[in-house]
Amino acid sequence: MPQTLAPPAPAPARAPAPGAAPDPELRALAERHGLAVSGARPPLPEYTRRLWARRHFIAAFATARLTSMYTTARLGQLWQVMTPLLNAGVYYLIFGLLLHTSRGVPNFIPFLCTGIFVFTFTQSTVLAGTRAISGNLGLVRALHFPRACLPIAYTLIQLQQLLFSMGVLAAIVLLCGVPLTWHWLLMIPALLLQSVFNTGLAMVLARIGARSADTAQLMPFVLRTWMYASGVFYNISVFTQHAPHLVAVALNANPALIYIDLMRYALIDTVRAGTLPAHVWPMALGWALLSGAVGYVFFWKAEEEYGRG
Amino acid sequence: MADTDTRTGHLAPAPAAGPYPAGGGSGAPTVIADDVHIVYKVHGAGSGRGSAVSALSRLARRTAAAGTREVHAVRGVTFVARKGEAIGLIGSNGSGKSTLLRAVAGLLPPASGRVYTHGQPSLLGVNAALMNDLTGEKNVVLGGLAMGLSREEVRERYQDIVDFSGIDEKGDFISLPMRTYSSGMAARLRFSIGAARNHDVLLIDEALATGDRAFQRRSEERIRELREEAGTVFLVSHNNNSIRDTCDRVLWLEKGELLMDGPTEEVLAAYEDFR
Repeated sequence: MPQTLAPPAPAPARAPAPGAAPDPELRALAERHGLAVSGARPPLPEYTRRLWARRHFIAAFATARLTSMYTTARLGQLWQVMTPLLNAGVYYLIFGLLLHTSRGVPNFIPFLCTGIFVFTFTQSTVLAGTRAISGNLGLVRALHFPRACLPIAYTLIQLQQLLFSMGVLAAIVLLCGVPLTWHWLLMIPALLLQSVFNTGLAMVLARIGARSADTAQLMPFVLRTWMYASGVFYNISVFTQHAPHLVAVALNANPALIYIDLMRYALIDTVRAGTLPAHVWPMALGWALLSGAVGYVFFWKAEEEYGRG
Repeated sequence: MADTDTRTGHLAPAPAAGPYPAGGGSGAPTVIADDVHIVYKVHGAGSGRGSAVSALSRLARRTAAAGTREVHAVRGVTFVARKGEAIGLIGSNGSGKSTLLRAVAGLLPPASGRVYTHGQPSLLGVNAALMNDLTGEKNVVLGGLAMGLSREEVRERYQDIVDFSGIDEKGDFISLPMRTYSSGMAARLRFSIGAARNHDVLLIDEALATGDRAFQRRSEERIRELREEAGTVFLVSHNNNSIRDTCDRVLWLEKGELLMDGPTEEVLAAYEDFR
């Protein structure tokens, strides 16, 4: 059916200046037929519902990214195990054999490896999150889906890599003579809380990274500073014992330190509950909820802006 | 190409006469564009970027805008699309056709003006969700999920998608990574995935230019089907024949402005004269 053009409308009625108010006639027409403004940001509950509806896409996207990551390497998926193993090897060489820096920490190798692997999870999630939107502009500009799918998928990818690392870690810990106990089950809640915390962080940085490309350049330095403040290579109590009270409290409230300590507590029998920061479980839960909620809302607030010029 | 004077007044004798017909239109409106302006911000345009000194001086003078240029890609486009219409978008390269499509899809918010749509228009551009290192099989699933199909729907339609694409006609290609496909094969698979879903409003950007003769015929057929099932189809193409075959109304954009809006033959005739 060819569109028959109506007789010329009165010219001055249209042709408003750019930025003029929406045409009331068109708006009425849109309302009469139940048309909605395209690309408007849905309210938070509706957004959450749509996000949930896309859960299979999130999983498929994460798996696809993971498989394509190593697909051209000859050793393929073996790298998922080799990478943490090599990492542990390097740190063992430097800290265990060359420097002898156990500084009175019993079971130093398990202590060190746990710290590194757990921190790497947060670190790589933050880095991947920063590029979650800016690295997928093609996808964002072509298809409709709640954009939160992307930072969540990237967190999932990193979580999957961490699970491989944890397998390696378990082997290292057992080889170092640490017994397998029921305590190991505590890894599960610790990991869960850290994942929620990381997802929130990834969403915050995804929004910031979508805005300014400079963030991606800056993040490695921020993360390295954070790593040294998180007691990855040494027991943080070396500092907190002599530091002013406020500094000690601040150091002990560091979420990365809390998640690392929880994991050490779960895995290594010589780490006693008494050496953990005060209120460690409530803190872990609090950080996860805070980061998850703030990150989600913060990300959603800019939903319609992602992919823009 | 046609980068000469647009001669707007001279060319379009009855330019876009009342883009919103009062009542008499065929179906209910599905897309209403009300004075849409789209402005891109381009970072890293012009000089300055790259040179550390100028970046510092920019920071010092707090003029972050330097090195950022605005491109006014669509200027005040107004039209009403109705159910059952197939609308072609024509115009020379860089005239704002694809940008306008993205605005209709809600992927690129207009700087001013409004786009009202019925349901969620979808761009037939599943390409971006596909990954070259994955097999065709996995890409069908991933692309389907990315378009918002459920897992069951993907499973149901899987065979249809593969059959339609004709990828397996010359052997078991669907289980090979997509990077091993010829560009024609990849394009066929992409179109097949994208067209597997019924859309309220379907936006197609140059999709028909791909594939061999037989596949082009099949895809034109599929577009006609989609149009009957769904509502409105928008098609961006430089191929006037495929516009003629599929569309009954054409919007002609030039330099971001709507030059002409009318029945296919009329607009195409004027456009061909212009070129």
